[in-house]
Amino acid sequence: MLKRIRQILAALSITAVTLLFLDFSGTLHPFLGWLAKIQFLPAVLALNLVVVAVLVVVTLLFGRIYCSVICPLGIFQDGVSALSAMRKGKKARFSYSPEMKWLRYGVLVLFIAALVAGLGAVVALIAPYSAYGRMVQSLLAPVWGWGNNLLARWAEHSGSYAFATREVWLKSLPTLAVAVVTLVILVVLAWRNGRTWCNTVCPVGTVLSFFSRFALLRPFIDTEKCKKCHACEKKCKASCIDIDHMKVDYSRCVDCFDCLENCKFGAMRYGLPARRKAAAETAGKEGDNGRRAFLAGSAVALTSMSLHAQDDKKRDGGFAEILPKRAPEREVPVTPFGSESVRAFYDHCTACQLCVAVCPNNVLRPSKDLSRLMQPEMSFEKGYCRPECVKCSEVCPAGAILKITPEEKTQWKVGTAHVDLDLCVVNRDGVSCGNCARHCPVGAIEMVLSDPDDRQSPHIPSVVEDRCIGCGACENLCPSRPLSAITVNGYEIHHKD
Amino acid sequence: MEKINRRSFLKTTGAAAAGAALVAGGCAPRAKENGNVTSAAKDDSVLDTGQMELRTNGGNGDRVSLLGYGCMRFTMKKDKDGKDVVDQENANALIDYALAHGVNYYDTSPVYLQGQSEDVTGIALSRHPRSSYFLATKLSNFSNASHEASMKMYNDSFRALRTDYIDYYLLHALGRGGLELFDGRFVSNGMMDFLQKEREKGKIRQLGLSFHGNKDQFDQLLTLHDKYHWDFVQIQMNYYDWLHADGVRNVNAEYLYDELDKREIPIVIMEPLQGGRLASVAEGVARMLKERDPLASAASWAFRFVGSYPRVLTALSGMVYMEHLKDNLKTFMDFVPLSEEEKQFLSVDIADVMANYPTVNCNDCNYCMPCPYGVDIPGIFKHYNKCINEGTYAKDRAQEGYRKLRRAYLVSYDRAVESLRQAEHCITCNQCMIHCPQSIAIPRELHRIEAYVEKLRRNEL
Repeated sequence: MLKRIRQILAALSITAVTLLFLDFSGTLHPFLGWLAKIQFLPAVLALNLVVVAVLVVVTLLFGRIYCSVICPLGIFQDGVSALSAMRKGKKARFSYSPEMKWLRYGVLVLFIAALVAGLGAVVALIAPYSAYGRMVQSLLAPVWGWGNNLLARWAEHSGSYAFATREVWLKSLPTLAVAVVTLVILVVLAWRNGRTWCNTVCPVGTVLSFFSRFALLRPFIDTEKCKKCHACEKKCKASCIDIDHMKVDYSRCVDCFDCLENCKFGAMRYGLPARRKAAAETAGKEGDNGRRAFLAGSAVALTSMSLHAQDDKKRDGGFAEILPKRAPEREVPVTPFGSESVRAFYDHCTACQLCVAVCPNNVLRPSKDLSRLMQPEMSFEKGYCRPECVKCSEVCPAGAILKITPEEKTQWKVGTAHVDLDLCVVNRDGVSCGNCARHCPVGAIEMVLSDPDDRQSPHIPSVVEDRCIGCGACENLCPSRPLSAITVNGYEIHHKD
Repeated sequence: MEKINRRSFLKTTGAAAAGAALVAGGCAPRAKENGNVTSAAKDDSVLDTGQMELRTNGGNGDRVSLLGYGCMRFTMKKDKDGKDVVDQENANALIDYALAHGVNYYDTSPVYLQGQSEDVTGIALSRHPRSSYFLATKLSNFSNASHEASMKMYNDSFRALRTDYIDYYLLHALGRGGLELFDGRFVSNGMMDFLQKEREKGKIRQLGLSFHGNKDQFDQLLTLHDKYHWDFVQIQMNYYDWLHADGVRNVNAEYLYDELDKREIPIVIMEPLQGGRLASVAEGVARMLKERDPLASAASWAFRFVGSYPRVLTALSGMVYMEHLKDNLKTFMDFVPLSEEEKQFLSVDIADVMANYPTVNCNDCNYCMPCPYGVDIPGIFKHYNKCINEGTYAKDRAQEGYRKLRRAYLVSYDRAVESLRQAEHCITCNQCMIHCPQSIAIPRELHRIEAYVEKLRRNEL
């Protein structure tokens, strides 16, 4: 019964979170957005103390049900493990193994150190919610997008506007590579040993384990009824039931309740244990067959290729070729409106990719810079940060992008544009232009005489820095290709004046 | 462009529609009684039994079909290398059918259809006796007006058209640029002298010109009539341009026609449908026309208008599909001219309503293309006009169904024009302007459409 409830809740939860990452239209966020906000690490980073407190209290009361019902990565591994059980034809394939303390606490210490040091890439690599978001965004979202485009093509044929084509493009090769590696490692670990990752690497699991040890309600062995058949132990994907010593390691139990159903003698129960014995950890026999540490990622230093999904639609001749835009070097990265400063943004961001998934203008993408690998940054080759859109600020669960309104948005200054007159088509092609000035939403670009003494001289753009907000409209719409003649550089600290 | 006030726009439409309804009970001659409905439309039997309307060229006695074939719009397909090539089989079928039904005037140019038109037309027509059709082509020496280049273009035309004489030869697109441009393209390089000699020799049977421009430019060219003797002149004429040219860069077709008529110069009509704009008219206009004659197509009205003027030798139509050809044939076989009252109805009532629609006067000739910055100019105008004409554009946030219309416009815009070729990429370099035969202020119109789209995107309409 408890297991069934757990399974149903878990299925609902992972479906909803996954949809959150797939829904580029943003329609689901008002209804499901809270699911991202109750994730542990984003809540910690957002200093969302209420959520953190509730999660701690829940864990103190019921154990790590968070890991079985709320964490999408945990649910995902349960799914893989269940598949493995089906394929192998033997459902009882686990056995007790002692806690790997050095690895567990070592990773946690490293993780906290990285968090304090602002090494966002390291944090993002092992944070469970980020890892899941990364996999969905990099691997599943393109499939979702292509499916949508197929429907859009059908809609176009039947004259319907229900589906609109959406560009599917490779936003960051390193992030894709990391996502693939993450997926492979997780699938292998879960396939073979169930919840290994959650109990050796996952920092959230380790933190929650401090509380789950003292959980009020917990699965316990009724020693009087137990016949030592090991059925529960073999079913425990956390490998935390030690029947030989009649012990359960509550630091690792994720409350899946599989053991309860599997006991024919009613010896496994969930509730208040009759006698409260401190869960002693014994350095038992070696049951650990080659668990590997999670050593991925940092080695991934793949050069970036601009594999833009170039849209070369065929038409009745007569079109000039349009070169794809190339991102300029930005001394300071441009971070979203509402992030307040580059530092604050990257300190809070868990690289879950939710903002990347929802950005309708193709501005946000995971960074390829090693120091903030996978954490998003803005660039304007495919679109610009449109004044009416505040979607990323609405979805960020980690407080990296604070919620703003469209009215507030244009008051913030996140960077400023500067002009490279050698590239400007006014000089290069000898034509009149002014497309940047015409599209600046705040009127920060003045077209001035290139020769003040000659009234007939062509007009060239100049940026009024204190008006510019850094939205990238000018850079995106600049006719100079592949490099724009006007480019945006971020501000370390965003400001309003 | 001045934005028209929505309310006044609706008012005009309504008033004009009401006015039209009042006169609709009128006195026009009816070709056919079909139940209670009287209509000038004919059924398909006319294709078997009817006679093509022929006009006589007063200059040489040619008997020319009132419907002429404009060979600039055949369907294209991709060849092995992905290049656009005209679908020759399709062109053959159309030309065979047209010829069999009495269409004997074929108009082409070395620049049409990315330079393939003359060859395609030549292939299709050379399968028939040379005496069964008249060939018209042009000296389109826009990019290089040197003697050598012009001579090459002239000689290539004979080869491509597989003929040793050309019936109607035109100096292509005169007017804009005035006499200066005329001198540069045809006089100083010796081409005018040469072409006149060719006319004497019979290699060119008739020498004329095609015109796009304003009144002064037209008058200047007519003064040259005494010197060169224009055998015919090709002008843009249709019921909209009859009285509604902008007067600055264009001139009313009524003026052009009257001036040529006075001098007894045969007239060839181009753009009788204004590039298709008069074939697919706005909803309100369509209603006015259908109330008048429920069975007649919008295009048939436009063709009957130009055909009703006796100095017109032939009206060119760029027929792409068999349906176009058949519909046009039905109009021109056993041709029924318009009454004076019907001419008024089109050139005043209907055209006034049309003038108040914010559509862009683009006929998709593609002369402006390729835009050096990649903008799909005709594609943007076509999509915009279509939405205006079908009434499927959002006007106001308070409007019923606004959300749907907004989405429909934005999605269909992205479908019609890929985003990198949309209006926001027009940088106002103005290089397109000189190429536009319709004198559209292209960048201004693109900006106007962009402003509308931007409002939709921001949801600020």
